[in-house]
Amino acid sequence: MSFITRGFGGRSRERDDRLPPGQTLVHDFPVLSAGPTPEVDTAEWEFTIRTESGSQSWNWDEFMALDIDEVSTDIHCVTHWSKLGTSWRGVSLDTLFEHVETEYDYVMAHSYGGYTTNVPLDELLDGKAWVAFEFDGEPLDPEHGGPARLLVPHLYFWKSAKWVRGLEMMPSDEPGFWEQNGYHIHGDPWKEERYW
Amino acid sequence: MSDTIDTTAGIRAVPRAGWHVGTVVAVHRETPNATRLELEVDGWPGNAPGQHLDVRLTAPDGYTASRSYSIASSGDSSRVVLAVDKLPDGEVSPFLVDEVRAGDKLELHGPLGAFFVWRPGGDHRPVQLIAGGSGVVPLYAIASARAEAGDETPFRLLYSVRTPDDVYFARELKALAGTSAPLRLDLVYTRRAPDGWPTPPGRITREALEAAVVPAAQHPLVYVCGSTGFVERVADWLVGFGHDARSIRTERYGGM
Amino acid sequence: MTHLDGNSLAGPLSEFFAFDVTVAVAKCEGCGSIAELARAMVYSSDAGSVVRCDSCGQVLMTLVESEDRAWIRFTGMGAIEVARTPTAG
Repeated sequence: MSFITRGFGGRSRERDDRLPPGQTLVHDFPVLSAGPTPEVDTAEWEFTIRTESGSQSWNWDEFMALDIDEVSTDIHCVTHWSKLGTSWRGVSLDTLFEHVETEYDYVMAHSYGGYTTNVPLDELLDGKAWVAFEFDGEPLDPEHGGPARLLVPHLYFWKSAKWVRGLEMMPSDEPGFWEQNGYHIHGDPWKEERYW
Repeated sequence: MSDTIDTTAGIRAVPRAGWHVGTVVAVHRETPNATRLELEVDGWPGNAPGQHLDVRLTAPDGYTASRSYSIASSGDSSRVVLAVDKLPDGEVSPFLVDEVRAGDKLELHGPLGAFFVWRPGGDHRPVQLIAGGSGVVPLYAIASARAEAGDETPFRLLYSVRTPDDVYFARELKALAGTSAPLRLDLVYTRRAPDGWPTPPGRITREALEAAVVPAAQHPLVYVCGSTGFVERVADWLVGFGHDARSIRTERYGGM
Repeated sequence: MTHLDGNSLAGPLSEFFAFDVTVAVAKCEGCGSIAELARAMVYSSDAGSVVRCDSCGQVLMTLVESEDRAWIRFTGMGAIEVARTPTAG
């Protein structure tokens, strides 16, 4: 029974070839959360990669001593907004996995606050993902995932887990939080992999 | 399990929700920042005092936006009254406040929510209503329903509002305060008070709240509606005063 | 981001259930507290709604909606208690 509401224009939409199907360009940075914003002090922050044979951890100072990349990339949220040319600083997952030995092919990202999301390991390596701690030249705001978030820009942005605290290697692909609740196990914006 | 939950007051069958088309029959400037809309709603089953509805707007390209609004009216009538506050970055409220005129049709889903409801004719437990800003809308519906039913349950409304110009239903609330079983009305001004007002404007304090509400010893039912920050603060203080958390019902509308 | 109350989900949920789910009483499997869903905390965004226990923050329920489908998951709660209207006689 839906009808057009007289005088309601909705959001203005800009089209651009760099936008995946069904996406709209935004200039602000919308905040989406599944819970309260965790307040994580960098003094207590720790990042851990856990494998079948052990684990490797970095505290904030150790993390800052790693090679840091400048990243300029487009980001695409499953709620239909995209931002073009966003700039970040962070540590490449290639750097973090340099000394990690694992036979497993799948990763579960874990966050402070309990959020999880799954990504295959080969989609995190070869310059495709970072743990980012700066956005637009400023330390990452807590509401955008600070002190540090995963940045996997070639997948929908829910895969770029805010407040990330570690990666757990898994022998098979298991769904994370949103992936258990309706969202696509993989999440490629160019294939519009939004839902199951 | 039922022994620990107060399921007696308010939580009863309410009319079945559905999608309806409402025709705007009157638009009235409620405050400098808010509009009162009176709608004639085809097939509306009536609603209980305190319920809300969802308004859905559809753009020519198919984009839709939907928001919840408390209903200021109650009863069997197909007339539905809303009072909408314009949010600065809002998508739906600026349209409802600035754009909508008599004769427009709006898509409505409701009536909704059987929890934040009070009905006359119950056990006469005293009722304390606490409103922050536009949070007064469902509480006004509740207070009006009591007066219309001639119910004499002791009622008190504490209403925190920015300035005297921002008071919703100013004339109607004054009338409710002057009936034979009056609604006791306490106003708190947060930005500007009328000339000669006994207290300077400011956010309500814990002490002022305690002095202005039905004491916990009288076991009132308490309804709190306002921004999330306001409701959190008030509800925490009430529990601190000894009010049973189960007797406090809240409706947060977001914001800070 | 601020949260709303469970009562804010009365509209979306009434599309899928014949009764008002927000007045159903549920026990949180995290901390054991028992309350109407209307009292829970709701974190809503365009991605979906996440309902959390008002006492311990555990996820009780999620609601995701696309244009043609919806996913409703009762994750962190046991049985829900629903009041019935007694029939006459």
